[in-house]
Amino acid sequence: MAVANIQVSETPLVLYALRRADDALILGHRLSEWCGHAPMLEEDMALSNIALDLIGQARELYSYAAKVEGNDNDEDKLAYLRDVRQYRNLLLVEQPNGDFAQTLVRQFFYSAFADLYWRAMMNSRDATLAAIAAKSEKESAYHLRHASEWIIRLGDGTDESHARAQGAIEHLWAFTGEMFAVDDGERALIHAGIAIDPGSLRGRWLQTLSDVVNEATLVLPQNDWMQQGGRTGRHSEHLGHLLSELQSMQRTFPGLTW
Amino acid sequence: MYTQALNTAETDDRGLEDAGKAAQFQARIDAEERIEPNDWMPAAYRKTLTRQISQHAHSEIVGMLPEGNWITRAPTLRRKAALLAKVQDECGHGLYLYAAAETLGSSREELVDAMLAGKAKYSSIFNYPTLTWADIGTIGWLVDGAAIMNQIPLCRCSYGPYARAMIRVCKEESFHQRQGYEIMVTLCRGSDEQKAMAQDALNRWWWPVLMMFGPPDATSQHSDTSTKWKIKRFSNDELRQKFVDATVPQAQYLGLTIPDPGMTQDADGHWRYSEIDWSEFKQVLAGNGPCNRDRMAARRKAHEEGAWVREAAAAYAAKRAQRQSAQAAE
Repeated sequence: MAVANIQVSETPLVLYALRRADDALILGHRLSEWCGHAPMLEEDMALSNIALDLIGQARELYSYAAKVEGNDNDEDKLAYLRDVRQYRNLLLVEQPNGDFAQTLVRQFFYSAFADLYWRAMMNSRDATLAAIAAKSEKESAYHLRHASEWIIRLGDGTDESHARAQGAIEHLWAFTGEMFAVDDGERALIHAGIAIDPGSLRGRWLQTLSDVVNEATLVLPQNDWMQQGGRTGRHSEHLGHLLSELQSMQRTFPGLTW
Repeated sequence: MYTQALNTAETDDRGLEDAGKAAQFQARIDAEERIEPNDWMPAAYRKTLTRQISQHAHSEIVGMLPEGNWITRAPTLRRKAALLAKVQDECGHGLYLYAAAETLGSSREELVDAMLAGKAKYSSIFNYPTLTWADIGTIGWLVDGAAIMNQIPLCRCSYGPYARAMIRVCKEESFHQRQGYEIMVTLCRGSDEQKAMAQDALNRWWWPVLMMFGPPDATSQHSDTSTKWKIKRFSNDELRQKFVDATVPQAQYLGLTIPDPGMTQDADGHWRYSEIDWSEFKQVLAGNGPCNRDRMAARRKAHEEGAWVREAAAAYAAKRAQRQSAQAAE
């Protein structure tokens, strides 16, 4: 049974909220895949907890996007009835969990950004985004602490964990540039004081990374070539599989209440 | 959760121990005092409880798998968050219970190794598959409902750490049970397809859930010592009957049919169920349930693939301790 995708009027503010919502949902979904399969029970708990925070952020951002759009969409329609080309998340967050090192490096890169981003967004002139930021900032600070501690343990643990962590850093590095990219729509929001300029966070983000990575006896890649496309719906092949699982119920049983 | 079916008491070895201490111990139990980790206790009491609490912990952890099977496919974001939080709670119960078991002298690693080696059991109910979303509702409603019946009396168990753990676990379980029932209510108020999904799930889970309470009293061999020690306060059949009596009206409210055409209500209002097929129970317990091999394989895979992470954490902790002591020496 085919269920049509919804159409979203992507005004700059709708698109802005949608992009952050997609980041949070997709990363939360990825982390939730660990539940029951983590290396230790404490991490089953921690990764689930972070996933729950992110899914919570996604719900607020989707609801806000739907409200701003003012059509008939809601959080579930936005999450379950857009296809891969309509998703606006960073390529970084859709990358598969891989091993524990890959999951934690992905989290580290993202959380180091999200922590700065949400703190800055608390000053947004958009009251809803500022409120979401105030809540997300507290969560992100904890996520960053958790990820940083693991990067240090893995980097400075055994030869094997060091090699895996270094490999994950190199593998995921090219997906970090997209976090700092801005298009014309976002530039207008930045001028209006609704959004913040992510480029202004890059120096501090890099400093956080360097501090942790140095302590972990790891190194950041010199390569500055960056992969982009997630923000405009040009994703990796991985996202389609994630969505087919995530959306399976809504696609199979359209229009029902669950 | 899920220990009633697994209770097996050790042989009574009080004769080997100081008879005076044993009498004092029993007197404390009879006076409803709590036994604490540093108190003297018969070796068999320690062994029985270690086994029961660790089996309970294993059940919580293995129990994450059938429900975890639906986290990535939950039909709405609200359901996804609730299910993830629920499975996370189960993990917390497991951790909490391993900690309670550790107060009796076995490490979590030893206990987990015994489970992964197939030497320790977990509740057989988790050897059944979750095939549809309605299974998630049914597990919350019935499996957690049955677990609560088992666990409420355990809040008064004679062993303090276990009893206290159960108080917290029961609070969360009763929330899960209501959450599961709410999923069922939503399905039963939904489309014909959703109602059929709910009925199908009830059909598949009903009898395995009744088996969760363990073999009938007439054939149950090991309850005497556990009862005397006030680890167990009600018999398998008593708890099973209590569960059935509580559940039948809930099924009626949902408009679902319990898959037991022979069920009747007696003069005292008890719902009398038909004979349970204990051969199925024995088969599942023997490792031949639909998911036994999958569950063990999943737990072993997580354990084996996580070994390098645990080694890294231990190596880092050792290095850090060494650095700190070197610094302190300077």
